[in-house]
Amino acid sequence: MKQVFTRPESLKDVQTHFCPGCHHGSVHRLVAEAMDEFGIRDKTIGVASVGCSVFLYGYFDIDVIEAPHGRAPAVATGAKRARNDRIVFTYQGDGDLAAIGTSEIIHAANRGEDITVIFVNNTTYGMTGGQMAPTTMVGQKTSTSPYGRNQAKDGYPIRMAELLAQLEGVAFSARVAVNSPRNVMQAKKMIKTAFRYQVEGRGFSFIEALAACPTNWGMNPLAANERVGSEMIPYFPLGVYRNTANL
Amino acid sequence: MSEKLFVKGNEAVAMAAIEAGCRYYFGYPITPQSDIPEYLSRELPPLGGEFIQAESEIGAINMLLGASATGVRAMTSSSGPGISLKQEGISYMAGSELPGVIVDIMRAGPGLGGIDASQADYFQATRGGGHGGYRIIVLAPASVQEMYDLTMRAFDLSDIYRIPAMVLADSVIGQMKESLTAHPRPKATLPAKEWAVRGRESGEPQNIVKSLYLGDGEMEAFHWKMHARYQELAEKECRWEEIETTDAALVVTAFGSTARIARTAVAMAREAGMKVGLLRPITLFPFPRQAYETISGYCKRFLTIELSTGQMVEDVRLSVARDAEVAFYGRPPGAGSLPTPEELFEQIKKQY
Repeated sequence: MKQVFTRPESLKDVQTHFCPGCHHGSVHRLVAEAMDEFGIRDKTIGVASVGCSVFLYGYFDIDVIEAPHGRAPAVATGAKRARNDRIVFTYQGDGDLAAIGTSEIIHAANRGEDITVIFVNNTTYGMTGGQMAPTTMVGQKTSTSPYGRNQAKDGYPIRMAELLAQLEGVAFSARVAVNSPRNVMQAKKMIKTAFRYQVEGRGFSFIEALAACPTNWGMNPLAANERVGSEMIPYFPLGVYRNTANL
Repeated sequence: MSEKLFVKGNEAVAMAAIEAGCRYYFGYPITPQSDIPEYLSRELPPLGGEFIQAESEIGAINMLLGASATGVRAMTSSSGPGISLKQEGISYMAGSELPGVIVDIMRAGPGLGGIDASQADYFQATRGGGHGGYRIIVLAPASVQEMYDLTMRAFDLSDIYRIPAMVLADSVIGQMKESLTAHPRPKATLPAKEWAVRGRESGEPQNIVKSLYLGDGEMEAFHWKMHARYQELAEKECRWEEIETTDAALVVTAFGSTARIARTAVAMAREAGMKVGLLRPITLFPFPRQAYETISGYCKRFLTIELSTGQMVEDVRLSVARDAEVAFYGRPPGAGSLPTPEELFEQIKKQY
């Protein structure tokens, strides 16, 4: 019998610590498939961030540096400049990238650092227990917005894929989701494109992946998955926001 | 290469970094250290190196962390307000056992303070500065020549012990010009950086550079391991300079720029027939306790002089014999000038 589906070589055969219904596992897999596809596992350096994704090295069979909260793009900059024959990617959550790390992401993108950034947006701080994030939806209740996010007081959910697409240094910026088979296939294509751009030395590539956090949203996995489609995608539309191949 | 040059202290740091094999510098402008990034922005690219003017001091220290994690020699520099911002990254580097050289050309603080020379970052440098109870290697040059020599030494010590190393000077040493004999980097036996993150080519095992320890007892074990390393540093790497201490009835002690002025005051005292010596710590961490212990066995009077209201004096008091007396004379910045040799000579006479 022909085997048609296997574990990517770049992923370790271990159980994850992620909650049931969490989308990190799916995004991990797509990143690993992209690494396998380009045969770059042994020349890739991952930069883990603070939060649920800090254990990157536990799942990916690659060298990993752990960065301080929000600083992964700066850490990746140092690593890539020192080893420019390597593939360097960061893996960051929304609290990490869109709050404490806005300075680092904007300037790494603007310098056109030849790195790939995987940004997992689940509208909350997962690891610390579901506090309000810069991407929390208006009206969304969290442990620090118990009355719902109030745009008059807390501002609006920030759209990073569009924001970074404004910068000349960015080669590729796209938003994807993994809430349906169709979206997973599209996400796989986009993540591969992001890594291909780095393999080709074309500059900064950015993927925002919308993700479910059932535990902190207080939902079961199915309802959380549905929320990605019904609430998040309308505000955070999927698509390619910058692609230098089209310029 | 053993030519005699006439250069600024800051330039000597940059020249030494290049001679030490550092090809990666990440920084952000701040007075009085901007000569260092300016020099390296000009000199590193032709050598195949990289200069990045980061978006902030936080960006710069994390670029240093990333570069160092791949096993290369890398450096950053700043002054007080910028060093405060870098503390987050220094703590993570200490927690990740990463080498790297950080230069602090001290200016007046706290806050924005001023650009006068100050030695008030002593606590920040020698007590860890950031969170988590760590130490870094701290070297305190007192001349342009030492800016060169000790910067090179900082790279070696940092690599050998896998502890970040700081060159702690102030705007006097950084900005003044003196003669410098530039020389090749002294040979040193350095360990291979088998821990470095470079990708897994050639079937190498996975390397992880991290500071998170959640397993039972892991964090405690890390702290005891580093504690032992700090003790080894103290046993092997303390450096200091003694001038006419063997028959001294009073020993003046100071580091960096202040020690230069104190040296003249001590010479004035000797000329006046007073038995006064000078003890200048060159390593501030590890602090050369042994030197104080030995001298205080026969000399019971010490005078500590600093450009602050007193910080190193605490280490001096902890290091001398119980029956020794430690007086203090401080000149924090803002008085409009540095202490003169005559002023310090007056203090020596008071304490003699």
